[in-house]
Amino acid sequence: MTDSEQLKTTPLDALHRELGAKMVPFGGYAMPVQYPAGILTEHLHTRKAAGLFDVSHMGQVRLVGDGAIAAIERLVPGDIQALGPGRIRYTMLTNGTGGIIDDLMIARREGELGLVVNAGTKFGDIEHLNAHLPKDVKLVHETERALLALQGPAAATVLERHMPGIGKTPFMTETGGTLAGVPITLTRSGYTGEDGFELSIPAERAADIARLLLAEAEVKPIGLGARDSLRLEAGLCLHGHDIDDTITPIEADLIWTISKRRRAEGGFIGDTVIRKQITEGPAKRRVGIQPEGRAPAREGTDIQIGGKTVGRITSGGFGPSADRPVAMGYVDAAHAAIGTAVELIVRGKALPARIVTMPFVPHSYFKA
Amino acid sequence: MANIKFTKDHEWIRIEGETATVGITDYAQQQLGDVVFVELPDVGKGLERGKDAAVVESVKAASEVFAPVDGQVTEINKLLQDQPDTVNSDPQGEGWFFRIKLADIAQLDALMTEAEYNNMIQELG
Repeated sequence: MTDSEQLKTTPLDALHRELGAKMVPFGGYAMPVQYPAGILTEHLHTRKAAGLFDVSHMGQVRLVGDGAIAAIERLVPGDIQALGPGRIRYTMLTNGTGGIIDDLMIARREGELGLVVNAGTKFGDIEHLNAHLPKDVKLVHETERALLALQGPAAATVLERHMPGIGKTPFMTETGGTLAGVPITLTRSGYTGEDGFELSIPAERAADIARLLLAEAEVKPIGLGARDSLRLEAGLCLHGHDIDDTITPIEADLIWTISKRRRAEGGFIGDTVIRKQITEGPAKRRVGIQPEGRAPAREGTDIQIGGKTVGRITSGGFGPSADRPVAMGYVDAAHAAIGTAVELIVRGKALPARIVTMPFVPHSYFKA
Repeated sequence: MANIKFTKDHEWIRIEGETATVGITDYAQQQLGDVVFVELPDVGKGLERGKDAAVVESVKAASEVFAPVDGQVTEINKLLQDQPDTVNSDPQGEGWFFRIKLADIAQLDALMTEAEYNNMIQELG
């Protein structure tokens, strides 16, 4: 999808161009990779104040019907039965070999579930869901809604000015409200490691709300470039890079997303492989990798020990807040212990690095 | 008087007798964004025209810097190890990459003048 004429646009397309964004294709959409401030400045601004991200390319899907919870539990290893009303959970759609078709957020609502899935995978996800949902559960793809993320330590202060009381919303919950006279749905969540919100807005009002938020002194527009460096520092996976349909949640170090009940009972696609890996341990594991020097090691970099390949980097670059290169990738389980010394093969040279715990920058989620 | 030439790959080369200083242009640094790391060749290394000479890394990606002409590296800009962002702030001054002893001065004739280079980047938009 390189021809820009084939790219879809989000409801904020004109605003991005007006703000001077550099637009790139991503997940089938023309998206802002950065604004004139640049990735480094945008990244640091988000950690210091608040950043506004257009994530309207992501898919918003409703599963309507009383059977939705039982139906989705056959497709994800996450515990959706245990999810209280108004709460949201991070989980993944798995295939028969335990691989991750996509990672997603699921919100429990009255009589339905709300899903947010990745842009590049959303049509495949919808096909997969439709193929497995029973007749009494109806899938609704909300194509006329935009999604904005307001992230950073000032996010709650900013939103509080327009939605009094909203700052008390607990982490990983969903609520409704009115912003500038527009009825919206929002969650206290995000993908930067910072406190923040994701706002689901009727498409035709999205630009008005984006402008309203950007008029606040603390808020700057942030592109996909900084979104990527923020989530990498936070140790969060990017589908298609750190996780895909050949990688299981156990290999991806996402076992924390699977409850005791779901581990014991299974009952989801890929449960045989996943439960076996929980018991026996996976052959390879996702780890944090800290290069010791200043040279970034990018996706695809070979990870070696004593000249022998033990793994590969799946996301790597420079962490503006860490102020040094950071990376994540997969290594053979035997070499996954924290502190293990490895070599990264960058342009033919072996650069020293260590296996480290993630995140690279501490999470600052809201604690009620 | 210093004579400066440009390549289509956005390197500049300032000729000072038999040696020359090489860096990347202001247009190139703008396209790259924030530079976070520069890998320079070893002093003494022989460089070949159009082949890899250095690597410049931004937050997002790594980009090759090519040798504008044949030559041997005589000096590298050590400032870039600690302050790679000098490439952004002063690309055609303090942000130089390396100096070379020219192997064949006639190769310079094939490079662009400043006016020709400026025309090219105007066409790039």
